[in-house]
Amino acid sequence: MRKDDEVSQTGRKKKILEKLEGFGEDLYQQMLQGRFPSIKMPSRSIENIYYNPELRQYILGDRTVRRTAHNVRHVRPFTQLVWAAFFAHELSTNRKTSTLRDVYYSAQAYGMSFKDQSESDNVITDLETVASFAREDFNIFPEERSAIFGDLTIEYTVPGYEGRQLNLTSHPDGVMIGPALTYSEFVKTTADKVIAIEKGGLFTRFIEENVHTKYNALLVLTAGQAPRATRHFIHRLNKELNLPVYIFTDGDPWGMHIAMVIISGSANAAHLRELTTPDAKWSGVWASDIVDYKLPSDPLTDIDIKRLHELQRDPRYKNDLWQREIKTFMKIRKKAEQEAFSRYGLTYIVDEYLPTKLEES
Amino acid sequence: MTTQTFEEISPADFFYRNRDIAGFTNPARAIFSSVRELVENSLDATEYAMVPPNIYLRLSFVGEAGPEAGIYKLRIMDNGSGIPPRHIPSAFGQVLFGSKYKLKQTRGTFGLGGTMSILYGQITTHQPAYVVSSTGISKIYTYKIMIDIQKNRPIVLDRKILLNKERWRGTIVEFSLEGDYFRAMSKILEYLKQTALVNPYANITFVDPKGRLYKFMRATTKMPSPPKETLPHPYGVDVETLQRLMHITRCNNMLEFMKTHFHRVGELTASKFLTFAEIPASKNPKKLKREEIVRLVQMMKRFKDFLPPDASCLSPLGEELLRTGILKELKPEFTAVRQRKPATYAGHPFIVETAIAYGGDIPKKGDFVLYRFANRIPLLYDEASDVSFRVIKGINWRRYKVSSDMPIAILVHICSTKVPYKTVGKEFIADRPEVKREVLNGIREVARELQHFLSRREHVERERRRLSVFSKYLPKIAQFSTELAGREEPPNIERLLESVKKFEKG
Repeated sequence: MRKDDEVSQTGRKKKILEKLEGFGEDLYQQMLQGRFPSIKMPSRSIENIYYNPELRQYILGDRTVRRTAHNVRHVRPFTQLVWAAFFAHELSTNRKTSTLRDVYYSAQAYGMSFKDQSESDNVITDLETVASFAREDFNIFPEERSAIFGDLTIEYTVPGYEGRQLNLTSHPDGVMIGPALTYSEFVKTTADKVIAIEKGGLFTRFIEENVHTKYNALLVLTAGQAPRATRHFIHRLNKELNLPVYIFTDGDPWGMHIAMVIISGSANAAHLRELTTPDAKWSGVWASDIVDYKLPSDPLTDIDIKRLHELQRDPRYKNDLWQREIKTFMKIRKKAEQEAFSRYGLTYIVDEYLPTKLEES
Repeated sequence: MTTQTFEEISPADFFYRNRDIAGFTNPARAIFSSVRELVENSLDATEYAMVPPNIYLRLSFVGEAGPEAGIYKLRIMDNGSGIPPRHIPSAFGQVLFGSKYKLKQTRGTFGLGGTMSILYGQITTHQPAYVVSSTGISKIYTYKIMIDIQKNRPIVLDRKILLNKERWRGTIVEFSLEGDYFRAMSKILEYLKQTALVNPYANITFVDPKGRLYKFMRATTKMPSPPKETLPHPYGVDVETLQRLMHITRCNNMLEFMKTHFHRVGELTASKFLTFAEIPASKNPKKLKREEIVRLVQMMKRFKDFLPPDASCLSPLGEELLRTGILKELKPEFTAVRQRKPATYAGHPFIVETAIAYGGDIPKKGDFVLYRFANRIPLLYDEASDVSFRVIKGINWRRYKVSSDMPIAILVHICSTKVPYKTVGKEFIADRPEVKREVLNGIREVARELQHFLSRREHVERERRRLSVFSKYLPKIAQFSTELAGREEPPNIERLLESVKKFEKG
């Protein structure tokens, strides 16, 4: 296992704290010189979001916006941003974690107020943009939780657990990908691939069927659209452990997009890096699988079709596989869930479908 | 063949039969009109005496008079000029008797006012009226009178003379009438409030039938200068008036006649006019033929060179008193008042006074409150037919940053020797183009001032909010940055806060 400063969680923490402190120092100096503090940050407006084919994700362009405390309309959001930086710094130094909801309420303890949750969420996104770190790095986590199962040993860095190790096969329901796991260091693994699964039912089936040993895989449950902590975790598994990633979703435009967000990220997170896994593969359920495996299916709704048209034009869907599958969906006008394989018996998906698909993609 | 009987009816009889037009339609309206007529008589009497009015008004309940009405006793006392003893019976016992038939601005016009109320009281209750009056001499005269309706003559039932040691001056009138106070109550109170507004130098006390006391106290002792009597203006003269003048004149030639009997006609204007009318200047006015009289009237209307009537015969309230009245009764945050220059319609001079008031006691009722006055009388009925109402509806108020849900009152006062009422009921002003233009311009002028007030206030408010945003948040930015940077002392931001203020002032 590599453990240099670049990737180690302790080193990362240090960099984040320095960044936040530097931000405070910059504003402090401006005020000391008798100026209204101001900051420059990349613009997150639609016009400034581009798809970068090399990074294979959305990025922000060169446009910047200037926020200044001299402008009466900026003062309040500016103050909220400074508070958010201060609060993130507090969380990190005290090694506490928080959620977006919690941030919204915590503000009141500091005499700050937010009109609503979305205003406070927005300020956190501003902070991400200014500091170019994800909110998880500031110890602010989403409420949604996803899970991982498989032979990977991690070492905790969170307070009270420092140095303790855990093998992720220890619990048959999987281990929640929360703050503690996010900040853990990877120690060792025998796995040679990662399989990400959209739905809880199939995740449990895979564990019961010993997919992790049969295929030497770490199983990740995304529980629908993968939370950012989970996307970052998959990114780390891919980058730090060099594990290829396979994604299994429902066979419909929404399932496709769950896979795509893990691979290429979302426009909302264009200001962030290290959330994407460009080499990950979408392994199914493909539109062509519905035909090839004669899966029980439902007709596509109007909304499904509309979504397919949107995806067809999306720069992330440029390559042949995506375009082919989108066209097939539109041709057969059918969709199928992962559970559809159960018509061939409980183990068919693991014994027959999975190996074929892993080979194929 | 039919037989027609011709019958002459007296003015009292005429008004008895047509009491609707004088404002005695129903018991509620009748009690309101009685109060109003007597209060106005008292106000005129005090102004004539040039003293600030003290008016005491009392309505007491006497008994039931049916499902819709009761019998009330109305008593009013003033400190006015008093009535010379020989005129007392006629002043209150004869319809169309009065001192108001000369050309000057007065409150009433018909000479109906007080007498009509007493007449109505007599019709409905068969009770005599009591009148007590003194002009400040050593005696006080008290009369108990009724009206002979058919003959239009007062009947004196009793007469007493009292010693006036204290040299009291004024008039007391007391009589019974049928009415419906509880339906008229809101109108009566509104009337008294508006009267107090437009007569800010008057003390008015009112005790209602429940014994409730309402006091409207004066805010000044200053009174508007009283109107002067004036001659008729040639533009406003009709054949009848001209014939009467010829009947009484002592002039023996037309030139003198024109100079003596008409408003603002001098030697030059008179001779120019007579040349224009082709009537010899030397002609004896008493010898004019009928056709000549008619032509004279027509020519008077066509002649362009008469000087416009002057306004000395008018007694507007004046901007200062109007403002005093508004501040006293409405307690607004802001008010603007304007007196327009005198203007004329059909030979009658008139002056329009306008005011606008914002906030304070003015209710938000989804529309502007309109106060209308004519010769210092509040007009309370038929608002929607009034010229002022139409003018207000026609104005694009958004231009003045004003919307109808704001607490705004608009006041229009028209004073004239002949107020252009549309009906005999005298409740609303007709759409005369000359009058309409003055009202419109007057309202526009005060509306512009309100606009300035509102935008100034909005500006101050915006500035206050702006500063409060800075002073709320800048210290927090300083505090959080200091803690983030791990510094001890927060930077001094007083200069920044100061600069925001200066920036805005400049």
